Amino acid sequence: MTAKIEPVVGRYLHLDYAGRHYRIYFETAGPEGAERRIPLVCLHTAGADGRQYRGLMNAASVTERFQVIAFDMPWHGKSSPPEGWQDEEYRLTADFYSGIVMAFIAALGLERPVVMGCSIGGRVVLHLGLRHPDAFRALIGLESSAHVDPYYDTSWLHRADVHGGEVAAGAVSGLVAPQAPPANRWETLWHYMQSGPGVFKGDLYFYGIDGDVRSELGRIDTKRCPLYLLTGEYDYSCTPEDTLAVARAVPGAKVTIMKELGHFPMSENPALFLSYLGPVLAEIDARG
Amino acid sequence: MGGAAADADLGGIGTQLARLAERVDQDTALLRRGRILNASCLLIIGDASVLLRIVDGRIHDIRHGSLVTPSADFAISGDAAVWRRFLAASPPPGDHDLLAFVKRRELQVTGDLHPLMSHLLYWKGLFAHLRAEPTR
Repeated sequence: MTAKIEPVVGRYLHLDYAGRHYRIYFETAGPEGAERRIPLVCLHTAGADGRQYRGLMNAASVTERFQVIAFDMPWHGKSSPPEGWQDEEYRLTADFYSGIVMAFIAALGLERPVVMGCSIGGRVVLHLGLRHPDAFRALIGLESSAHVDPYYDTSWLHRADVHGGEVAAGAVSGLVAPQAPPANRWETLWHYMQSGPGVFKGDLYFYGIDGDVRSELGRIDTKRCPLYLLTGEYDYSCTPEDTLAVARAVPGAKVTIMKELGHFPMSENPALFLSYLGPVLAEIDARG
Repeated sequence: MGGAAADADLGGIGTQLARLAERVDQDTALLRRGRILNASCLLIIGDASVLLRIVDGRIHDIRHGSLVTPSADFAISGDAAVWRRFLAASPPPGDHDLLAFVKRRELQVTGDLHPLMSHLLYWKGLFAHLRAEPTR
């Protein structure tokens, strides 16, 4: 038998936000307290959870300079929905998403963290840059677009006669690059298979409707808050062209199109993703 | 209908179609995924059509050629050139998944989509078997 414990710690945060109580699960890797490094808060994709970042959390090349922190958004992963959820339809809004990220950062006392988000997380970093330009050391948008046109009827994601986990995995399976190692590909899809009823659909309300930030991109000030954009070439949800359009609209944004990666770079192929993320983190680290 | 001309009419997938039932039969994971699927799907490839009938996840019947008023649960239609790109052995980024073509409106999906959406991973696996070298 061989056994190994990962250097990842999971805890629960109790947080009152916007009149409701939330029990939020988060994981950290890297030194805390006096030894604490630059906080790197990681935001998962729609219908998934913080497990997507386990590759980063186990990468010494990252944790020697950064404290990696990933939390499950309410309704996702091990963060329960708030009391009364059974009587409402979950729909993620730009105000709630931006607000809960800031509340989490404040609750943990993180000082000018780097925030990195993927997909809906890559969208919300644009909102964060607009709303709180002095709160972050840098923002990193993975698979970041200002808007996405619908390409299937999202009502299929939440109906009693279709298994929500199966259809969610089927809907996103093609967003994983063909080159992804099979174990990583299927673990990424497993996260989608485990999402609660209607949660993926509710997140896509932000991705497709409420989070449209096209008209405001020009106000993002990268002198106050550097913005890095990294997108996989196989992502047809947030396409490379979508990300390049964001970069063109935000003066000073730095963009990288990643070969042989898709919509879930951190979980579908962590080693390859780190080869792209490493120089970005080094630049942020060097700036201090 | 047969030979190279027919294959060209079918977007170049005539050979793969002939072996599809065998490939599906050998794919135990796919059969498990589709074990309660009973459906018919019409592939409209330019001017040609292919009617697939699935029973309990297996290929029960494939018809192509001069189909008169074919009836199916749902249809996927597009130009032959689009199908050729979709079913290429190693498609480039953006040509590697059904929904990518749907997003660009290059393939249209119509009809009762319940059999498709309830078994989306199954159908994607089946289409992978229509590629010369499945990349699933």
